[in-house]
Amino acid sequence: MTSHLRLVWIYPDLLSTYGDQGNVLVLEQRARARGMSVETVHVRSSDPVPEQGDIYLIGGGEDRPQILGAERLRRDGGLQRAIGRGAALLAVCAGYQIMGTVFGGEEGQPVPGIGLLDISSGRGERRAVGELAAEVDPALGVPMLTGFENHMGVTRLGPGVRPLSRTIVGTGNGDGTEGCYAGKVVGTYLHGPALARNPALADLLLVWAVGPLAPLDDTWYQHLREERLAAVLPS
Amino acid sequence: MSQLPLRAQLASALGRTAATLSRATGRGDGSVIGGRVGLMLEPDLLRQLAADRRLALVSATNGKTTTTRLIASALRQLGEVATNAFGANMPAGHVSALSSAKEAPYAVLEVDEKYLPEVLDTTQAGVVCLMNLSRDQMDRAGEIWLLAQKWRRALASQPTLVIANCDDPLVAWAASGAARVSWVAAGQRWREDSWCCPECGGPLDRKGADWACRECAFRRPTPSWVLDGEDVIDPRGQRWRLDLQLPGQANRANGAIALATVAAFGLEPGHAILGLREVTSVAGRYTTVERDGRSLRLLLAKNPAGWLEAFDVADPTLPIILSVNAQGPDGRDTSWLWDVDYRVLMGRPVLVTGERRRDLALRLYVAGVPFQLCDSFGQAAAMLPPGRIDVIANYTAFQQIRTEFGRAE
Repeated sequence: MTSHLRLVWIYPDLLSTYGDQGNVLVLEQRARARGMSVETVHVRSSDPVPEQGDIYLIGGGEDRPQILGAERLRRDGGLQRAIGRGAALLAVCAGYQIMGTVFGGEEGQPVPGIGLLDISSGRGERRAVGELAAEVDPALGVPMLTGFENHMGVTRLGPGVRPLSRTIVGTGNGDGTEGCYAGKVVGTYLHGPALARNPALADLLLVWAVGPLAPLDDTWYQHLREERLAAVLPS
Repeated sequence: MSQLPLRAQLASALGRTAATLSRATGRGDGSVIGGRVGLMLEPDLLRQLAADRRLALVSATNGKTTTTRLIASALRQLGEVATNAFGANMPAGHVSALSSAKEAPYAVLEVDEKYLPEVLDTTQAGVVCLMNLSRDQMDRAGEIWLLAQKWRRALASQPTLVIANCDDPLVAWAASGAARVSWVAAGQRWREDSWCCPECGGPLDRKGADWACRECAFRRPTPSWVLDGEDVIDPRGQRWRLDLQLPGQANRANGAIALATVAAFGLEPGHAILGLREVTSVAGRYTTVERDGRSLRLLLAKNPAGWLEAFDVADPTLPIILSVNAQGPDGRDTSWLWDVDYRVLMGRPVLVTGERRRDLALRLYVAGVPFQLCDSFGQAAAMLPPGRIDVIANYTAFQQIRTEFGRAE
């Protein structure tokens, strides 16, 4: 196990609208609790994305910041190079759509993404707002997803990605699936603290980055998961 | 006012009757139902009720109820003031407020951020004051860059005088298209929503209170009113000590905006300030309730910026109870808890309650802030020794505490 973890939070100045810092804090906490030292870089959109990170995070935001973020990531190229050399990435909501080939702008116009995931997104008819629960692809060994979504996106998955999960409650991608993954890149519509509600997903990213992990006391995480799942799942 | 057409008079009167019935039957304070009845009978009622008055609209993410109260308190020195004191800040509430003070020559209305363009268009208010814009209940409130753009369009099409906080870049951008602006340097504590230029998306460079876009010409306008610590400096350079009864920097900012607003009505700061000092609590905020030897001071915080303001007011030597719900008026999404830095609470006893206490418990656990989880507010208060206690709660959690402990103002 590596004793040092480098987290890179991309563009909190543009894409950090829905508690996205939560994912960063949860990864930090879970790495430190296992004795790792953690270095977190907050990359402003005017700065280059460093290429030597272990896990990259990008969050949600409004239409205009999303378009600006996509343009800057495309021009910068740092994230694409980091993923190319094997870094992990969690992309949330607007950030998730940016990772695809195209997404819908404020008037629904197509805006090019950066193509790290084989997905394309557009604008749906109505906003998907509310709690979400979904069964994760068994290949990932992660229990049921719980979280909150708030977006108008509809995302079509191409053959180059697998659905992250199948929705039980909520909208997700819009076709009965929620999120997707390919290699060490995970995308989801679940808001910023998705990893707080799904610590096993946090650990999946950590395992990809540093290898096998010791178990943790997850009491407070489990309290919240149980409450939220009980509140939304059909009994 | 008194020259209302017959239909509007009838609509206004029936609305007041509905409000009275609502209060008498214990359904609420009546300010929303009364306005709804009035608007149903006469859709043009708000415009007619607002005509011939000197009207100020107050909008922001945080502080609009308090600032409305401060402005109204000062303006009463000039004459009767119609105002929506109960925080009913959409058109039905405005109709109700104006109906219940038909002869008042002045009016101050708190306006929900989303409704500002519509209410400005309807009322043709002479003064609009804008304090701040930050993330707030995004599951229902929408997005703030978009909101700023709607404000900007609405203000650009009216001759209204805008009183605006030049320290908040989104507010400054929204106001900068207006024909007349009086800029107030009222400060900005929460900056996480304004690192980028609203005009071009470029990075904003900040140095102290000053800010400027690195890529375009948009920069902080020069203020004519300045909040400087405890004092407000007026456009003539004269310094006024605020000495408000309401605590904290956020309320001093509200006070500075209020002084600039009432100056537009011809009220000098020296007189206005006396009115501001009369305000002691606003809809139960900052009040202290007593139970079993415990004095619990109630602070309302509805979003990340509001929590920073509440932390500024809370006493670091006292234990603190935090209560969080996620009902409709709170926003059903608790993601925002992760935008608040709770580490400032480290070292004081922290008790966590409310319907979403498990969200807050995990948030504090991850932040490394020790806490105790309590099933109810009463249990939390009972766990602490007698003495002073601070309480921060979000909207419905706050209302629940007030209901349980009485609504003493």
